[in-house]
Amino acid sequence: MALLPKQTYTKNEATIWSIPNYWDVIAVVLVFTFIVLAAWGAKQMGAPYRLGDIIPISLNPIYLPTYALRTTMRLFIALFFSLLFTFTFGTLAAKNKHAERLIIPIIDILQSIPILSFLSITVTGFIVIFKNSMLGPECAAIFAIFTSQAWNMTLSFYLSVKTVPSDLKEAATVFRLSAWQRFWKLEVPFSMHSLIWNMMMSMSGSWFFVIASEAFTVSNQNITLPGIGSYIALAIAQADSKAIIYAIFCMLVVIVLYDQLLFRPLIYWTEKFRESQDDDDEKAPRAWLVSLFQRTKILRSTTSLFSKLADIWINLQPINTKPKTAIKKKLSPLLIKINYFVLLLALASASIFIWRFVFANVPFAESRHVVMLGIYTGIRVMSLIFVSSLIWVPIGVWIGLRPNIAATIQPIVQFIAAFPANLLFPIVAMLIVTLKLNVEIWVAPLMVLGTQWYILFNVITGASAIPRELKLAAANFKVTGFLWWRRFILPGIAPCFITGAITAAGGAWNASIIAEIITWGPIRLQATGIGAYIQTNFTAGDFPRVALGTMIMCLIVLLINRFFWRPLYNIAMERFGLD
Amino acid sequence: MLQKDQKIMSDKIPIIKIQNIKKSFRQNDHQDLLVLDDVNLELYEEEIVALLGKSGSGKSTLLRIIAGLIKPSAGEVIYRGEKVTAPAAGLAMVFQSFALMPWLTVLQNVELGLEALGVPKVERRTRSLKAIDVVGLDGFESAYPKELSGGMRQRVGFARALVVNPDVLLMDEPFSALDVLTADNLRSDLLDLWQSKKTNIKNVLLVTHNISEAAALADRIIIFGANPGNVRTELVVDIPHPRNDQNPKFRLLIDNIYTLMTTSAADVGTTYRYKTLTLGYRLPNVQISEITGLLDMLIEPAYRDKKIDLPVLADELHLNIDDLFPITEALEILRFAQVSKGDIELNVAGKAFGDADILERKKIFANHLLSYIPLAYYIRHVLDERPEHRAAEERFLNELEDYLSEDAAKDVLRVVIEWGRYAEIFAYDYNTGQLSLENPK
Repeated sequence: MALLPKQTYTKNEATIWSIPNYWDVIAVVLVFTFIVLAAWGAKQMGAPYRLGDIIPISLNPIYLPTYALRTTMRLFIALFFSLLFTFTFGTLAAKNKHAERLIIPIIDILQSIPILSFLSITVTGFIVIFKNSMLGPECAAIFAIFTSQAWNMTLSFYLSVKTVPSDLKEAATVFRLSAWQRFWKLEVPFSMHSLIWNMMMSMSGSWFFVIASEAFTVSNQNITLPGIGSYIALAIAQADSKAIIYAIFCMLVVIVLYDQLLFRPLIYWTEKFRESQDDDDEKAPRAWLVSLFQRTKILRSTTSLFSKLADIWINLQPINTKPKTAIKKKLSPLLIKINYFVLLLALASASIFIWRFVFANVPFAESRHVVMLGIYTGIRVMSLIFVSSLIWVPIGVWIGLRPNIAATIQPIVQFIAAFPANLLFPIVAMLIVTLKLNVEIWVAPLMVLGTQWYILFNVITGASAIPRELKLAAANFKVTGFLWWRRFILPGIAPCFITGAITAAGGAWNASIIAEIITWGPIRLQATGIGAYIQTNFTAGDFPRVALGTMIMCLIVLLINRFFWRPLYNIAMERFGLD
Repeated sequence: MLQKDQKIMSDKIPIIKIQNIKKSFRQNDHQDLLVLDDVNLELYEEEIVALLGKSGSGKSTLLRIIAGLIKPSAGEVIYRGEKVTAPAAGLAMVFQSFALMPWLTVLQNVELGLEALGVPKVERRTRSLKAIDVVGLDGFESAYPKELSGGMRQRVGFARALVVNPDVLLMDEPFSALDVLTADNLRSDLLDLWQSKKTNIKNVLLVTHNISEAAALADRIIIFGANPGNVRTELVVDIPHPRNDQNPKFRLLIDNIYTLMTTSAADVGTTYRYKTLTLGYRLPNVQISEITGLLDMLIEPAYRDKKIDLPVLADELHLNIDDLFPITEALEILRFAQVSKGDIELNVAGKAFGDADILERKKIFANHLLSYIPLAYYIRHVLDERPEHRAAEERFLNELEDYLSEDAAKDVLRVVIEWGRYAEIFAYDYNTGQLSLENPK
């Protein structure tokens, strides 16, 4: 009896395997490769550079892996800073009422500023700061990528921290956690799930702009940073379709790699403690890297080392000083008033400065023209959202109502969504030219190629969240055809669908600066719109016009959000929200 | 069950002294809402004290003030000679909702309070493991809260509180989220722990709305009155543990508590008088079906024409007081029944309602609603006066917020709208938030 195997909950593989097991080898190689690659990439970034130097880019596919590595490093450095920004400003906005009033609207506005505008403002500055070093243009590119990642992450984190359940907050206070401990033990883990999804969205978003951020023209100087973006830019300029295919393949590999190595394990970790809504047939997401780490002896000890480090980090003594009273001191009303006054003053002088900067160089009458351009682009965006809804809503509903199919398709769709749609631009350009299509209309679909997925995602989520009993009831009362759509499905998915449409529309606006001008070798197609206006002036180095275009685009987006999307969303939530 | 003044406590020094606590919440610019008024209380060593009251009486707010989570508007809490301004080291709390961090394992959850104290890692581990052992969760150290049942989660909550070695344990409805059997089991484990003196705990303050729970556990029961919350009276329980709920002494205690809770100091000894309501009266959150259901039961021959003991009724309906009291209160303010001294009895109108058919019932109900609930009368009046017979709900909500907190105002309006719709004295459109006199087309 005594020799019977012990009944434990540990995986047998973990205990039975002898040391050293072959998983160790794989794991160690994996880790070392990562370290060496990162070091090499970092070294390359510091190479000397002077403004005017031409950085050679080759279309030879041999160089692609190194280009991919450098692009990926940029993306992750930007992601790191986005995370830092998120933790700082998201927390500040969630905890301080006065900061909240300022930060949230600012981020809302920043979200609608196209990435090219950020690039044009900052690039010269960075080149001046890091004279004679590649770091200047590198920083500019990383900053541009940062601007395509940070905002939605910050907003999601802010919303999560705001919604931390009050009983958990009270528990943290009663057991006297310091602000630092509270941050790492309560606020960060609570927001982790939505933060990771937003990081994934951000990464997809920055791939979309990778060409724009790596190969750009400043004051008539072409700067091309070694990376996939520049490679593609060159391939487009030389109309080399083979190179494009290489690039597509290479990006696919990179996306699969970081998805599997980073995001899947993170999601696996958050799913471990999340209470799932319906535990019937939900499969736990798999992550082979996690199993690898669980099975490997050496790596298991690394994990425990990490948890030890985390422990020290969270419990750092000097940071964990506690305030004497838990009850917050209030700022004196006079001080608050003075603060707001100073802010108002700064705002007023900034507005005057911007006004003079723009309109000293641009005739005021031009702004009317730019508004018209904005409206053209707006019409394109709205009709595209409409068309892609017609396509994706039925498909999303079909998938969402079938849990098994949804489980298989969801990761595939996520993967496709991460794929930068602008790689398809050359194909569209060739089609337009050969079929002699109207540029004004046929350029438009490019704007939603990348963002239409948000509609699909959200519709799938919405449809699969509809309670089974409602479905059965609808079937029982023979609710079919048009009635089934009008009375059952459409109201059921309304809140989710509108969320998706808002995100898709926002992305489409941002994409317009890339999609309204497309080139393929000697072919150059330009549609009338505000995106084309900004891009043309950016290339020409006409900053006042870039500023004007950006501001007007911003205003239009904000107005549409305030007066169209938000009321629509509120109505949908109020009337059709399932609790 | 002696009244407090009969027992001598003067020679003991209180651990916690609650002096003249007042708490009001900011309503709007003109008005504050008073939730606690002049509460005085002392907690001594070696006693379990139950703070018993209906929901919304402010007892949880008082507990949070003692814990240092909320600052009182006036008065102070003295813990071992020092004023409480922040969570104090000797106080630990157990929550109704368990309040475990879902991303931490059982062990990590228990370690949380020790980490905050800066206890070194090794000591933290041994102390936590011991606490987990004490609450009987051995073997679940590495489980996440979602893997545990409600009862086991609350055990983690206990362990987390015990591990910081507190001398006062504050418990906020710790058993009310659990099913009856689990709650019973956990209660007796708590008593065992208390009597074994294995811990440093000197006093347990238990907030509850469950009469039998208070009677089963407490050495002293503080009965809390509402609007604003105040100590209504105090009972000292001298039945030895374990208490048997069939014991006549125990039953008498329960009866006594019911009486104390349904009788306010003002109407002792006088002939029965119905309450006269004001516009801002906090209507109980009761559905029409609950009102008609209880009336249907009370007109059955077994109960008709006699006074029914509330504990008996609660037993019969498998309800605890938090569920039963609002319904009896609704019958009382609608003047279908008389409720006093722990008894309920239907009046003529109540019996007439019970005997009527559906349409007749609606008429009787409408009549009582308009006559005795000022808010219902007021809404109908406004709608009658207006030429278009419509009004936005915000209008009444704003008015109610002069008397009630924002949430309470919403609840009350929702209740009166439901009652009014049933009585067909006005109509309501959810989408527009409009009250009107028309029927929906």
